[in-house]
Amino acid sequence: MMAWTKKDILDIESLRANEIELILETAVGMYEISERPVKKVPALRGKTIVLFFVEPSTRTRISFDIAAKRLSADCVSISASSSSIVKGETLMDTAKNLEAMNPDIIVVRHSSAGAPHFLARNLKACVINAGDGMHAHPTQALLDMLTVKRKFGRIRDVNISIIGDISHSRVARSDIAGFTKMGAVVTVCGPPTMIPVGIETLGALVAPNMDEAVSNADVVMMLRIQKERQKDMLFPSEREYAALYGLTAKRLRLLRPDAVIMHPGPMNRGVEIAPEVADGPQTVILDQVTNGVAVRMALFYLLSGGRHNADMD
Amino acid sequence: MRIWIKNGRVIDPGRFEGVADILIENGQIAELIPEGEKNNSPKAAEYNQDRVINARNLLVVPGLIDMHVHLREPGQEYKETIETGTMAAAAGGFTAVCCMPNTQPANDCAQVTRFIAEKACKCGHAAVYPVGAMTMGLKGKLLAEYGDMKEAGAIAVSDDGHPVADSQVMRRALEYARGIGLPVISHCEEASLSCGVMNEGPVSTKMGLAGIPNAAESIMVMRDIALCALTKSSLHIAHVSTRESIDALRAAKKKGILVTAETAPHYFTITDESVFGYNTHAKMNPPLRNSQDLKAVRKGLADGTIDVIATDHAPHSVMEKQIEFDLAANGITGLETALPLGLALVSDGVLTLTALIEKMAVNPAKIIGLSRKITPGAPADLTIIDREEKFTYIATNGYSKSKNSPFDGWEFTGRAAYTISGGRITYERMNTVDG
Ligand SMILES: [Zn+2]
Ligand SMILES: [Zn+2]
Repeated sequence: MMAWTKKDILDIESLRANEIELILETAVGMYEISERPVKKVPALRGKTIVLFFVEPSTRTRISFDIAAKRLSADCVSISASSSSIVKGETLMDTAKNLEAMNPDIIVVRHSSAGAPHFLARNLKACVINAGDGMHAHPTQALLDMLTVKRKFGRIRDVNISIIGDISHSRVARSDIAGFTKMGAVVTVCGPPTMIPVGIETLGALVAPNMDEAVSNADVVMMLRIQKERQKDMLFPSEREYAALYGLTAKRLRLLRPDAVIMHPGPMNRGVEIAPEVADGPQTVILDQVTNGVAVRMALFYLLSGGRHNADMD
Repeated sequence: MRIWIKNGRVIDPGRFEGVADILIENGQIAELIPEGEKNNSPKAAEYNQDRVINARNLLVVPGLIDMHVHLREPGQEYKETIETGTMAAAAGGFTAVCCMPNTQPANDCAQVTRFIAEKACKCGHAAVYPVGAMTMGLKGKLLAEYGDMKEAGAIAVSDDGHPVADSQVMRRALEYARGIGLPVISHCEEASLSCGVMNEGPVSTKMGLAGIPNAAESIMVMRDIALCALTKSSLHIAHVSTRESIDALRAAKKKGILVTAETAPHYFTITDESVFGYNTHAKMNPPLRNSQDLKAVRKGLADGTIDVIATDHAPHSVMEKQIEFDLAANGITGLETALPLGLALVSDGVLTLTALIEKMAVNPAKIIGLSRKITPGAPADLTIIDREEKFTYIATNGYSKSKNSPFDGWEFTGRAAYTISGGRITYERMNTVDG
């Protein structure tokens, strides 16, 4: 087993394929813990993890929080409203303040792309990016890869279609980077207002329309449509968006029978995904949530210097 | 003060090129004595010199002018002052700078213009030519008093940093400025298209940063060219960064429209890939573009479409740069790196030395209504350049108050050895004095 050497998890681009494999394998080992009656191991006892969320998020923060607690780490949560960010403190000041608390790992969510990189450069603690601006959401991509791997037994050659606002989506960016790195074929689809220039340089194909995007896919990943984007003139109305780019019951019939539907959540039922599709048998959205805890446990474990499968009981 | 510059290789574009001595007296060029004619100069022999500069193996050229800098005074003296900014200019080989009006308060009236001019006289290390605001408060609505500001020393008007969205205001500014005899310098940017923080392209897509397309600049360049043709006024386009803008300028010049243009050294040296790592020292407006644009800028310089190299020296403190990329201020310092970066263009075969001197001294002078020549009676503004000196640029060792340069740590060949502004040695690197 290879040794873990990275200090930080900032984006998928900076991870090698064998590092991603190690994370996914480690995550599989973490399931067992989550299924015990006492869901706790002492692996990270005495370690301090700070969840530093400068952008609101409940799901991701809770997922990290549960992951930390299952490994017995002390976990502190600092959110934008309770931190001094709002009072005009610079990110550098914040970094120094966090450093003074001697945390072992800092999980950061920030509205500015590159903020976790800034913290990583200036802090001795390990930094995990829990989403920065439109840039990256590496733990989401890792849990998505874990979900696909568990469904299909592999990632290589799986056809992934990502539908929606690719331009503004850090999930899309990290998924494209991760899945292509692991040998999957990634296709994106959405109105051209939502497809960023040069997306093909990231390794993604662009499907001309929704029907084509879904009919070939093993995995259909629907991105959340933000209503605010209507003001940016990315689409005229939710109604038309749902008709052209939504995963409707009618479109569901184009899917391969063994294809699965993913969504990073929270869903906008009736916009990007029809309610009956969201609740149908092909969705694996709740598996994604479970896998999220496992992947985050794996990252905490690896960053804390744990060796694979050691100290686990 | 009398200065004797001996044996320099003099380049006075269009007039003289060769080894010569130059005598300076009372702030003026007293004599230019080509090698071989020295015995015919009675003055040189009897001269009682205050200072002799041995310029053998050095270039002596008309004093460089940076027609686009931000000196930040009044109002933001923590970033730069007239004193520190002009010292950086002198160290970079510049004998004069034109300072943009986006100070606090904005330079939109004679009082502010006068303050800048007087302060520069008192503690400047280079001549300072203020650029007055095109509109009151740089708001793009009402014309400022160009006549008053000209009287107080303004040499051009501009709303630099604040694109003029209203085409009628731009038209009136051009017309009115023609009556006063001032050129208009336009910062071309269509604000509704430029709601990003870096160039739009594969790099911005990869980094998850909002992009600014080339069209945000070229649309306004095309509009302003149309207005220039309409008004027959003199228009100068600031910091050209895109290939489309250059194509538009080339076509306009071909038609005989009175437009001139500048670019900055960063646009012909680095691309948007410098932003990788969220490097805020690569954040400026207009943003660094891609390699095709870089090539087009070089071509535009080579074929004369771009008349001027100006730095857009925009000092910012650590507070505004050592923060999140999307919140960081736009702009980089440039006064101390422009000449080496320009000389690199000569080494790359893009420009001849003479063409470089035209773009850094002769042409900017012409645009703001001055002249730059090395003839008896002309002001003694000279830059003496060591073409061979290799050095590493370290921003923290620079004279500018701010250190926001993407060229920090770069290796360069060639820099100013002496800068002489108005007959005064404002900067000297070496102490090679002999008799
Ligand atoms: Zn500007
Ligand atoms: Zn400027």
